[in-house]
Amino acid sequence: MSELNSVDTALLEVIAGMKNGKAEGAYNIRKDSGCADRVNTENVTITSKTDKPGIDVTFAPGCKESCHIPVIITESGLKETVYNDFYVGEGADVLIIAGCGIHNCGEDASEHDGVHTFYIGKNARVKYVEKHYGEGDGNGERVMNPATVAHLEEGAVMQMDASQIGGIDSTHRETRVICGKGAEVVITERLLTHGKQRADSDMSIILNGEDSKGRVISRSVAQDDSVQIFRPVVEGNAKCFGHVQCDSIIMGKAKISSVPAITANDLDAQLIHEAAIGRIAGDQLLKLETLGLTPEEAEDRILKGFLA
Amino acid sequence: MLELQHLSYTVNAPEGATEILKDVSLTIPDNKLVVLTGPNGGGKTTLARAVMGLVTPTAGRILWNGQDITALSITERAKLGISYGFQQPPRFKGIRVKDLLGIASGKRLLSKGEACNYLTQVGLCAKDYLDREVDTSLSGGEVKRIEIATILARKPSLMILDEPEAGIDLWSFARLTETFGEIRAREACTMIIISHQERIISLADEILVVDRGTISRRGSMLEVLPDIAKSTQGGCPAVYGEEKK
Repeated sequence: MSELNSVDTALLEVIAGMKNGKAEGAYNIRKDSGCADRVNTENVTITSKTDKPGIDVTFAPGCKESCHIPVIITESGLKETVYNDFYVGEGADVLIIAGCGIHNCGEDASEHDGVHTFYIGKNARVKYVEKHYGEGDGNGERVMNPATVAHLEEGAVMQMDASQIGGIDSTHRETRVICGKGAEVVITERLLTHGKQRADSDMSIILNGEDSKGRVISRSVAQDDSVQIFRPVVEGNAKCFGHVQCDSIIMGKAKISSVPAITANDLDAQLIHEAAIGRIAGDQLLKLETLGLTPEEAEDRILKGFLA
Repeated sequence: MLELQHLSYTVNAPEGATEILKDVSLTIPDNKLVVLTGPNGGGKTTLARAVMGLVTPTAGRILWNGQDITALSITERAKLGISYGFQQPPRFKGIRVKDLLGIASGKRLLSKGEACNYLTQVGLCAKDYLDREVDTSLSGGEVKRIEIATILARKPSLMILDEPEAGIDLWSFARLTETFGEIRAREACTMIIISHQERIISLADEILVVDRGTISRRGSMLEVLPDIAKSTQGGCPAVYGEEKK
């Protein structure tokens, strides 16, 4: 296991809220393709895969636990693809905090491609928080391509909060959730791009089970010359409810493309999509200025609220 | 004291220039409640917006407590104690009522008690509203009352309100007029209220009728109201059988 330095602990705090590289409950810290620290608990077992890079995380049925699995990359030029699988037992109630931080001071691109697959048992509840962040004053690109696949059994509930607030030059996110009978997924995505960054997000929720529910709430801000492309898709194959809501604020010379799609393959599938792109409303800025904020402070406050 | 000196505002359009405000001069002493009223399109809102800096006059000067504020930004005027309640307040995704009250008060963390006090004055229960976002989930009347609460939280020395009654139900409106009456009684600040409501007009120290870009009449309620009634009874001559004259 490698030692954590001050850059590492600062990254861990930003991406996973860990103080001094420690967290309550189970955790696994991956640093520059190695395991920096790992703690198992009675109900949470983390084991390294033997056939490819990554870990298996198993939550015992009926447990109420949390697990942190942050990844940090500080070596310029490091590229990796990691496969993490999560097995959540029946009736368990778990919080999983994943996050990836890249500190790139070098000239070569650093890249982390994380493939997370969830198997969520009957009536289990999962809150999955994923935060992406990049920093470092080198010219090397910071690239992250996360893929998330979740299988929800009967009555399972998943809440996924994904955010990427600055510092990542290129990202292509793929998310696919398959819901069984009465299962429910809520995906909240928050994204801020600036400079010449590019972000693509392909998301699909497949509602196979009767009375399943899927909701996508996407809020994004594109600044400078950045480009964002969203393709959220909801497919209803039974009596179900699906809602896609994409809101974007466009600034500078940015470009945003929002392409929601809903497909009903059942008479009782009820699906809605809403998408809006626009600049910050002038009267919002004026209102905050009348409350004593400068135009810059007003803009900052509006964006902070929008992405909160 | 607020002084407007020869204030004009002209809009240039392809079909010609339109004078929205024509050489308006006006003095409002401290701690008075002045109501601006008059027909739609008369220039009331433009006049009020010019004082806040939301509109830049094409000519004239605005003085607040002796200081020429004509060239100051909205933010600078806000810091001098001027506040403005919009006729149609904007909504904010992700900003909660307590956030907006916090910004207005200038405090990072506004105490629950203070926030509650401001909301109560506009007839809202803090418990139900503090954590709600100021977005489209709120009705027009609710947003309007939150808007007025933010003005109260500024503790301004000049409060400008554009039709505070718009969209507010009768019962809440009664609570609001009580609040305005209390502020006036305490002589806590100067108030300029654009309104057509008799209950607000009856609180005023002075009523100014703004019509066709000028102050066409000013005086007490008893002096001004009969004239307004007479001059606004239908703009259509046919109503009075005068069409053929």
